[in-house]
Amino acid sequence: MTGFPLKIVTPDGLEFDGTAEELVVRTISGDLGIMAKHVDCVAPLGMGEATIVVDGKRRYAACIGGMVSVINGAVTLVPTTFEWAEEIDVARAEASEKRAQAVLSNRSATETEIKLAKARLKRALVRKNVRK
Amino acid sequence: MAGVSTKEIKNRIRSMESTRQITKAMQMVAASKLRRAQAQVASSRPYFEILYAAIHEIAESNSDFSSPYLVERKGKKTAHIVISGDRGLAGGYNSNVLKLALSKMEDQEVIVLPIGKKTADFFKSREIPMLTASYTEAAAVSLGDCFTVAKDLCKRYLNGEFDRVYVTYTRFVSVLSQNPESLQLLPLVRREDVPENSRKSDILYEPSCEEVFETIIPEYLGGVLYGALCESRAAEQAARQSAMDSATQNADDMIADLSLKFNRARQAAITQEITEIVAGQ
Repeated sequence: MTGFPLKIVTPDGLEFDGTAEELVVRTISGDLGIMAKHVDCVAPLGMGEATIVVDGKRRYAACIGGMVSVINGAVTLVPTTFEWAEEIDVARAEASEKRAQAVLSNRSATETEIKLAKARLKRALVRKNVRK
Repeated sequence: MAGVSTKEIKNRIRSMESTRQITKAMQMVAASKLRRAQAQVASSRPYFEILYAAIHEIAESNSDFSSPYLVERKGKKTAHIVISGDRGLAGGYNSNVLKLALSKMEDQEVIVLPIGKKTADFFKSREIPMLTASYTEAAAVSLGDCFTVAKDLCKRYLNGEFDRVYVTYTRFVSVLSQNPESLQLLPLVRREDVPENSRKSDILYEPSCEEVFETIIPEYLGGVLYGALCESRAAEQAARQSAMDSATQNADDMIADLSLKFNRARQAAITQEITEIVAGQ
């Protein structure tokens, strides 16, 4: 299968730099699949699972925030956080989920608190789902 | 006479030695912090560079000026993010970056967002208005804070509270050299050398061009801010390390000089005593 150059960078470093055959990411308007010879395109990322096929092997990752761009066939994925499924700390995600739920069930929480808690809950759920 | 002067010299040597101990300790602390900061720079630099390149590529191929982030406004209101250290004793690190920031602010209506205690103090004494003083401790600012700041700045920018956004920081070139730099963040600058007709606008924006810019620009700003912060932190430690290294060296030189003087004075005193005894006075 033809591949395309893919770079994944986060503020914590270069996660991937090489040739991939397929990339599926969750953008703010739904999943976007990218294969070789994709048209030039730019999309902001939402919160969700990213799937990358390298040498016929499928890898999963939690990929949150940032953007993906395809320019002249080169794909750049610039997420805010990117964690390979096998590196996800489930205990941390669960603790974060509990904390978020505590805030959400608290009636006196302010609007911003609720907004933050919702985002945190979503991130935790994404991480847990990807891990499975 | 000789006795008094040896005592005086001895006291000076002692105080020099304690100063030297402090500068040496500071140098060592800075060196170990520098190592950590350097690793952080190394890991954040590709993100910084790729993000910057990707955004500019997109901005250049967008020729319909549909996003307010791309439109140059005539106004003189600017927001400056100035990143400095929290503490002094770092050679010219703080003053260099502040001088550059000040020179960029001439004949403009400026509002400052200080990161680092030194910036906050500097602009407070010059009575330049500040956006917020909640990030005055550079060491405590996290990646999350950078994104919060970026989102806030974008909102204010779109509301027309200011027409341009700059960041002034110190670029960590190497352990021996750090350059203060100023970057225009908003509106996105287009490189002049790209001819109009080579700008292709057939990029597919998903879901729409406006929405893409609306979500990506705050992320971009946050990322660049974080990169600038990492660079500045490493630069600060490097500057402090070399400043303290030369301070220690100077203390060594002074101690050597004073020890020589001390020994001469001691010898002179002995010679005088002997002469006095021999002369039988």
